[in-house]
Amino acid sequence: MEYSTNSHGDYSAIKKEIWKVTLILSLLTIIELVFGFWIYAQPTMGEGLKWTLKGLIIILMLSKAFYIVAYFMHLKHELRTFIMTIILPLISFVWIIFAFLYDGNSFKDLRNGFDRHHKAQSKVKAVKPAATHNNTKKQEHGH
Amino acid sequence: MSTVATAQPKLWAGGKSPFNVEYGKVMMWYFLMSDTFTFAAFLIAYGTVRFSANSWPDPNEVFNTFPFAPEGVHTPLVFVSIMTFILIVSSVTMVLAVQAGHHNDKKAVVKNLILTIIGGALFLGCQAWEWTHLYHEGAWWGKNPFLNADGTAPTVNFTNFFFTITGFHGFHVFTGVIINIIMLIMTLNNTFEKRGHYLMIEKAGLYWHFVDLVWVFVFTCFYLI
Repeated sequence: MEYSTNSHGDYSAIKKEIWKVTLILSLLTIIELVFGFWIYAQPTMGEGLKWTLKGLIIILMLSKAFYIVAYFMHLKHELRTFIMTIILPLISFVWIIFAFLYDGNSFKDLRNGFDRHHKAQSKVKAVKPAATHNNTKKQEHGH
Repeated sequence: MSTVATAQPKLWAGGKSPFNVEYGKVMMWYFLMSDTFTFAAFLIAYGTVRFSANSWPDPNEVFNTFPFAPEGVHTPLVFVSIMTFILIVSSVTMVLAVQAGHHNDKKAVVKNLILTIIGGALFLGCQAWEWTHLYHEGAWWGKNPFLNADGTAPTVNFTNFFFTITGFHGFHVFTGVIINIIMLIMTLNNTFEKRGHYLMIEKAGLYWHFVDLVWVFVFTCFYLI
């Protein structure tokens, strides 16, 4: 059967595209890291800003995924029929992620509401458990 | 898109590939899709458990070390950023190897494959260091020495998910490095030269990019949010 080997465009133009995508991926990663550091540096940050930054990080993550799949994995240049066989099954994730995270949150609320003991226990401050330290355990057994 | 328009009417009439993609590449894509579901199942399970917990350890407190850093110096995100960039760069060299293959440029294929293998090995080295470090801090499957962000007692869910998911990803990186080494040996043996095309490199490349793609998600889910 006939198929193309995807050698469209000339070598230097393709190389240029690769470096452009590399630059975009690096920039997106740097912005993600800036947001990450921002959340770390400001422990007193309000919940609203924190969730906005986390949402932005997820959008940046998805755009990085798009650039890798579309350009590095070359999916953008395949036929539409083929792209759809890959993309359509993945759309189910939209529902799966929403349903599972909602379920997790609902379980938390139900348990806090009905299991008073669990709720009280999860408020007790703890000390760092030093006994489970893997290093000390090693010495005890004399390895 | 003009090629699509002309090809459309007879796309499914037989006699030619309706996807205009080589068989091995189609199968690699579908394998990667199934792998996507495996990784997604892991990450969604992690998300669900995290959403059901009243508190969770702060990743910036857990992953705050760097090799050879003096005691007490906290460098959250720095080490894992370096790991991320190593993987992005190795992905770039892999694309360059694939493109060189399209132009039957054996020398460039060899050069870029070697760079990709070095990148993969560096990433695995970083991960081995991080795992060793966490192990010596007392973390392992079933053991979690890190307190929750609000100072309450932690569950082992955090470490179980961390080691399982980064371990499964690391195993994929390891497999990718092995595949790339085989590709390098085959290129050096002129196997592709005799075959007339370097399409095998393209399939190895798809796998390698997928490994990078998964890391984008793992990195965000575990270290950033």
